[in-house]
Amino acid sequence: MLQLFLLLAAGLFSIGLYGALSQQSIVMIMMGLELMLNGVIVAAGAFWHYLAPASSAGQVIVVAVVVAMAVEMAMGFAVVTAIFRARDVDMADMASDLKR
Amino acid sequence: MVTSAPLWSVLVVPALLAGFATVAVAADGLLAARAAHRRVSPAVLAAPLAEVPRLLAAQRRVTPAADTLLWRLGLAAVPVAGVLAAVVIPFGQLTASRMSVGVVWFNAMEVLTWAGLWMAGWGPNAVLPLIGGYRFVAQGLAYELPLMFALISAAAGAQSLDVADIAGAQGHLWFAVWMPAAFAVYLAGVHAFSFLGPFGYPAGRDLAGGVAAEVSGPDRLMLEAGRWLLLTAGAGMAVPLFLGGGAGPLMPAWAWSAVKTLAVVLALVWGRRRLPVIRADRYAELAWVVLIPVAIAQALAVALVVLTTGGTP
Amino acid sequence: MTTAVFWVLAPLAAASGFMVFRFGSMARATIALLVSFLASGGLLIVLGLAYLGTVVILMMVMEMVIMAVFMIAYMMNPAGLMPMAMFHNKRASLAISLTVFALLAAGIFVTRWPRRAGTAPRDPTFRLGEALMGPQMLTMVTLGVTLLATMVGAVVLATHRGRYDRFGDDLKRRPPTDPARGGVGR
Repeated sequence: MLQLFLLLAAGLFSIGLYGALSQQSIVMIMMGLELMLNGVIVAAGAFWHYLAPASSAGQVIVVAVVVAMAVEMAMGFAVVTAIFRARDVDMADMASDLKR
Repeated sequence: MVTSAPLWSVLVVPALLAGFATVAVAADGLLAARAAHRRVSPAVLAAPLAEVPRLLAAQRRVTPAADTLLWRLGLAAVPVAGVLAAVVIPFGQLTASRMSVGVVWFNAMEVLTWAGLWMAGWGPNAVLPLIGGYRFVAQGLAYELPLMFALISAAAGAQSLDVADIAGAQGHLWFAVWMPAAFAVYLAGVHAFSFLGPFGYPAGRDLAGGVAAEVSGPDRLMLEAGRWLLLTAGAGMAVPLFLGGGAGPLMPAWAWSAVKTLAVVLALVWGRRRLPVIRADRYAELAWVVLIPVAIAQALAVALVVLTTGGTP
Repeated sequence: MTTAVFWVLAPLAAASGFMVFRFGSMARATIALLVSFLASGGLLIVLGLAYLGTVVILMMVMEMVIMAVFMIAYMMNPAGLMPMAMFHNKRASLAISLTVFALLAAGIFVTRWPRRAGTAPRDPTFRLGEALMGPQMLTMVTLGVTLLATMVGAVVLATHRGRYDRFGDDLKRRPPTDPARGGVGR
């Protein structure tokens, strides 16, 4: 049963990874990241229930990941807003200013 | 001592909620007739309820290139949110579902209106509902945090997230008496998440009905019924959270629950008719700059009281 | 009971997660992501984490609605009414993600998982609160400061008007000039 939950978590993580790598729009990349963190949440919950329910570490991990999601969304949208104001589009390909 | 009722009671919850919502709608019709200086008769009380068969038989409006799936889903989310939020409310000694995190569940279910109204605004592919949907999101960002802190204050006062425990912890003094700011913020939040009264901005008359502008037929019945169900669920939740639940002399617990719920419902309907509509952008500053510090201070006061007296005052 | 709910919610979570990147309409993509999160929250509730599952549902509904607002604002084809493909490196990313999934699945089935240590407490919510306020206080403080830094950073990045635009060059103009006046009159 633990393995089924972890398989779902791995699946969500991989789908999120596919989205984060293949999408051009920054907002869609963020949705991919959200899916990856979703997978981590399911995995942490499954570990808590099936391996160590007496300790509170699993729950604290879930809290930390949920906070990470909120932080990522807030900063991501602030960055997208700044990029959109500068260039009028939100494409990741055109945001590679720091590359060269 | 509140116990969880058997599983079929989940069907009783919508019926009970609809009963109280009918009373609310009738009272609203009565106040509307009084405001228009019409003669009050039993037909006036029944007039809003006569809308139900009319809407069921009316034709659905179809707009071009509408996102029908999201539209119907959004409209359906409003009454579903109201009913789901009400399953944790103890009525007398029984509750449909005694969750250990009932307060958070209630909060989560009323937040479903955010998604529901945004989808209901986006779905019809029309300007006025879209504006109405976005107005609700703007208003939502403003009312949600003070409402959450008000709920946290009530839960902190009883040291439990279980609604039945909160109702039981008010033996000495109702929470509405020593947490007045939380109670006021909560009542404002009930108006806000059912977008009635001072928070009717998303469905305002300046938008020809806003979110309800392009809705007709059974969909409109779902939206309008959903609003009143949400108001009733919010009023029902105010009773165990702030008004002592089913406690009271002489009458049985369910009678006291019913009386208190009716009182809150009628107060909210009266407030709906008397208070002017607040614009979301003006309310946003008020909510973030005034209400959130007040709500946090209230929660702090409650926590200090609980820590020093080891319970309620 | 857990197994039955798992077999309902898990395919729903995975399928709606996949549909996020298949829908042409951005509104539908956001709602698909919301459905995926609701399924994850349901799975957490079924695993015994009632508080965390409900908090995930609560937060994700709000976050997805805000995300929908931003998506519609910034994306070029929000309703998907015109066919448009917004991908790059489609084949490479598919290969990478499938490889990652294969590696993770292999790890899941090959690892010898330890036995369950202890039983679930009667009130996991209380234990979480106790932990965050006691042994995990450092985590709590870090999360709090991170959230504060995020709020400040997001506002700084997103706003294009500063104090001098609002209060004038000498910072003495009261009331400040804003495009929409707030309700408190600040």
